[in-house]
Amino acid sequence: MKRTSKWILELLLVLVALAFLSPVYIMVVNSFKNRAELYENALALPSSLSFEYYVKAMEKMNFLNAFANSLYVTIVSVIIVVILASMTAWMLVRKDNKISKTIFMTFVATMLIPFQTLMMPLMQVMDWIRTHLHIPMLNTHEGLIYMNVGFHASMAVFLYHGFIKSIPVALEEAATLDGCSKFGVFWRIVFPMLKTITVTIAILDVISMWNDYLLPSLTLSDKDLRTIPLSTFYFFGEFTIVWNLAMAGLTLAIVPVVVFYFFAQKYIIKGIAAGAVK
Amino acid sequence: MNSRKDIGWYLLFTMPLLFIFTTVVLIPFIIGIGYSFVSWDGIPANPKTFVGFDNYVELFKDKRFLQSAWHTVQFTLLALIIVNVSGLLLALLVTAGLRVSNAARTMFFLPNLIGGLILGYIWQFIFTDIFKFIGEKTGLEHIFFNWLLDPKFALYAMVIVFTWQMAGYTMIIYIAGIQGIPDDLIEAAKVDGANLRQRLTKIVFPLLMPSFTVCLFLTLSGAFKIFDVNLSLTKGGPNNATEMFAMNIYNEIFAYSHYGLGQAKAIIFFLIVAILTLTQVAITKKREVQM
Repeated sequence: MKRTSKWILELLLVLVALAFLSPVYIMVVNSFKNRAELYENALALPSSLSFEYYVKAMEKMNFLNAFANSLYVTIVSVIIVVILASMTAWMLVRKDNKISKTIFMTFVATMLIPFQTLMMPLMQVMDWIRTHLHIPMLNTHEGLIYMNVGFHASMAVFLYHGFIKSIPVALEEAATLDGCSKFGVFWRIVFPMLKTITVTIAILDVISMWNDYLLPSLTLSDKDLRTIPLSTFYFFGEFTIVWNLAMAGLTLAIVPVVVFYFFAQKYIIKGIAAGAVK
Repeated sequence: MNSRKDIGWYLLFTMPLLFIFTTVVLIPFIIGIGYSFVSWDGIPANPKTFVGFDNYVELFKDKRFLQSAWHTVQFTLLALIIVNVSGLLLALLVTAGLRVSNAARTMFFLPNLIGGLILGYIWQFIFTDIFKFIGEKTGLEHIFFNWLLDPKFALYAMVIVFTWQMAGYTMIIYIAGIQGIPDDLIEAAKVDGANLRQRLTKIVFPLLMPSFTVCLFLTLSGAFKIFDVNLSLTKGGPNNATEMFAMNIYNEIFAYSHYGLGQAKAIIFFLIVAILTLTQVAITKKREVQM
């Protein structure tokens, strides 16, 4: 490529990237301004760096509590999905009979069902379990985790299934001959070999569970149980007009995501690319 | 000899997930079909009256539902084109061997990590205040005004926010596709005198078909099922002009307590999503070429 045209492209890319991130800039700068300053020039840098609105937003959103809730629900859900889905997919691949095929096809077919089709009957089922079996499925983090696992099962089994099919059985057979139980074969030999796809599944699920609004909004009603998207929603219901405070709240809400991205970006981008090759 | 033991292991490994999956997905799906044939207001003490296909007949007479379907179609078509064109352009730009590529790629993907609800709120501020501010300062008030108050422009606003969210995601998939094309193939074409346009249309795009399949599937189903951005950016307004399919179903069930009718809509929604995405995948898969 010619030198000048390369420079033009380089400049173009920088400009596009800056324009792309301008909403984030707008959000952050306005979170530091008072109302008068915001309306005077919403695009300018703030005249002083006061964290007043952050303190207030943190209080109103009950931020630390919401953060802890999101963290708990997401991490536990993802761990359970990874453990159960990898075990299931391994058995479905290695015991390749009619039943396994039917189960696998059921998982794949249900990936087409939108959440809106299930939400109302799901709430009825969970309510039934609560009233008849006295298991608190609604308004508990554990109930939400249970439902998260159910909804993310199909995709995880699907991805594990494809990956496991490409792993030769010889190693597993050798371990079995050496007296390893099925449990041992899976956890000591197979699961470590699934590392790449496990990272992919974990990342895809972390992103979707962390950001999920609809399912938590249907299951959690206690204020103390709210996750970050939920507390953001209620915070906005009250403070839409006070934009500077709202911007501080939004900035707070995306800080955990940005920190996570900063540390895991290499795996995230690889994982997304790998997950797409179905 | 061990077949009994084997069955035990099989159950131990598959049962926990199958049990959860059945209670969360399969049973609700099946009883959901049942709910679509009754009339019920959601209050457990009140009776569920069997009405046959009445709900299905009624939803086709529901003007607001049909309108929301039309908005969804418009939104999805626009989003499908704009997201994929920008994702592909970004991918081509980022793989052109520039020094700032890595940083740019990281930035383009960032919005996808921020949830739809929060993205909608950020953009609500941009459309209501920043746009108005820019319009007043530059005098371009016919372009920069509060888009969310205009029925037509509010839909475009949703397309912009959705593009901001999805372009980086499709970019990553297109990059993976572009990097899978062997360099010597492009080099050989260059030697044979193919120009940039010929190299793109005759080599790069055909070999990118698998990426197109995936990206079109993701944007199609994502746009069709959009809810979070819809809720936080416009709440379906102004005047229901941006109420999408998913939001209409949500309102029918939980805001108006028409559980049966809402569930019938949800079943129709499922059928449309399934038919659309399966058709799209079948069509684009057919055009994939083997190297």
